Amino acid sequence: MRVVVAGAGTIGSLFAAHLARVADVAVLTRREDHARTLNEHGLCVSGRSGFTARVAASTDPAELGDAALVVLACKGGDLEPLAASIAGHFPNATVMTVQNGLGAEDVVAAHGVWPLLSAVTFMSGTRHDDSHVEYVLDTATWIGPYRDTTQADAEAVAELIRAAGLKAEAFDDLRPAQWSKLIFNATVNTVAALTGLPHDFHFAAGMLGGLVHDLVDEGKAVAAAAGVELREDPWEMNVHATQHGHAHYPSMLEDVKAHRPTEIELITGSLVRAAEQHCVPVPLHTAVYRLVKAKEASYS
Amino acid sequence: MRVAIIGCGAVGSLFAANLAQLDDVEVWAYDLSREHVDAINANGLHLSGAGEVVGRLRATTDAAELPPCEFGIVATKAMHTSAAVAATAHAFANGCVATVQNGLGNEEAIAEHVERVIRGTTFPAGKILAPGHVQWDVKGDTTLGPFEPRPAPFAEVQRLAEACTRGGMPTTAVTDARGPQWRKVIFNAATNPIGALTGLTHGRVVERPDLRKLVSGLVDEGKAVAAAQGIELDADPEDLIDHAAKPEVAYDHKASMLQDVEARRTTEIDYLNGGIVRFGREHGVPTPLNQAIWALVKGVEDSWTK
Repeated sequence: MRVVVAGAGTIGSLFAAHLARVADVAVLTRREDHARTLNEHGLCVSGRSGFTARVAASTDPAELGDAALVVLACKGGDLEPLAASIAGHFPNATVMTVQNGLGAEDVVAAHGVWPLLSAVTFMSGTRHDDSHVEYVLDTATWIGPYRDTTQADAEAVAELIRAAGLKAEAFDDLRPAQWSKLIFNATVNTVAALTGLPHDFHFAAGMLGGLVHDLVDEGKAVAAAAGVELREDPWEMNVHATQHGHAHYPSMLEDVKAHRPTEIELITGSLVRAAEQHCVPVPLHTAVYRLVKAKEASYS
Repeated sequence: MRVAIIGCGAVGSLFAANLAQLDDVEVWAYDLSREHVDAINANGLHLSGAGEVVGRLRATTDAAELPPCEFGIVATKAMHTSAAVAATAHAFANGCVATVQNGLGNEEAIAEHVERVIRGTTFPAGKILAPGHVQWDVKGDTTLGPFEPRPAPFAEVQRLAEACTRGGMPTTAVTDARGPQWRKVIFNAATNPIGALTGLTHGRVVERPDLRKLVSGLVDEGKAVAAAQGIELDADPEDLIDHAAKPEVAYDHKASMLQDVEARRTTEIDYLNGGIVRFGREHGVPTPLNQAIWALVKGVEDSWTK
């Protein structure tokens, strides 16, 4: 079975390396030197796994041939150009999105007629360089049908991911899980980016815990108005994650520290827009949305 | 008249050096910076910028050295009020103590240690260039008034205001000084933490329409808390915010809280947004945005020590 992983950041690298143990994996990169490095050195995983995978890589989708599964693992902000670049390729593939936030599936749907699966992932890692990724949190990837796919298709991909050594679960409807994660990310990632705190005990107690709780409540109200029954309570997800002992640095915090654009539009932006659509007031999410956007503007 | 400046940083130095110009005023300064105190005692206190002044005064790091004073002017950062006034209260057993600090709660902290308290708000600003030398950035007015729960006699408030004005710090005595104080607090609480959280200068905060709305949301909560206490603002903080954003005023100014955050110094957030939240709670006025901003800036401070 041939799998193409498009986007080789932290999440893409973790998928590509692990899947290479059970499938023929090709990686679509943005940079030529990144593809060259992968072709020459393979992809090394440290942390919870320890191995080096052989993968084929290219910046040109035409060079990668057809595939049964294409995993789009780039950041949300890069999805539109990536989806456009694979238009017309991989005619027999099912395409799976794993972006944060809402709306990734529709971005891809506009560029081709592939059957679509939608996924969210809770695993995390640290990308040390182009050919070395550290596997940090072994939490699951959740998969559900989106367009011309069924729960059985989602289950087949989940099974493949599990065989590769990662955690995955399939659902008949991903939205309850997707919204749980959306609310969690919209809250935790922005607060971390604005305060400089990793996701630690400050988020579950005291004054900052109070703000996190209020942000989660706003998110729940939007989900309720959108008719989504959450799979997990984002507040409990937050409390649970802060009790891990290992304080996680959300990607949005890493992004602002490195003065990179963040995923604010895709995460909090989609929550705020959904709130508007359903006439739910979200003053706190609106405030942190504006603050993170302004923080991005301060780079220049 | 003998006046002691408690906390001789930038703002304290402006009062100290200017009051020291007057023949009928003896000025003392209490500050914890040994270098600053030594420089003042050796060479006088120099101001440059908006005014060139050299003040001759007695400075000390030892509160016990302060003689009995008719007036104290507290100019420490708000988080040091209580400790500074507790240490120096003996000098004001028969005197009155005024605050010219930022934020809310300073009068209450002073009143725990002295009998006669003067509420105050000041707009001049500066920065310490070197020990004994302060840059006077902007001139501005000061307003003083009796602190209602433990008021100084109004005649004494007038006497201090008159001395400050003669010394070169234009000061008005009013019976209710809460209007200017809340105008300044609302201004600071709506803009300083936004600069601190985003890294943007005052002008860049104000020119982003979405961020300007957040600023207005914070202003509206502050106004509601002021109104619930029957406080009439002497001017609209919104006008002050837009005025300060002009290129020739303070477009490029980094709020002091942003400077604090960049230098990893504890900020005055507890006395600005924190003060608005506390007074709001007391008067049944919800202040969710000020609460959120307060929590975020405390989180920033926590990120340095975790």
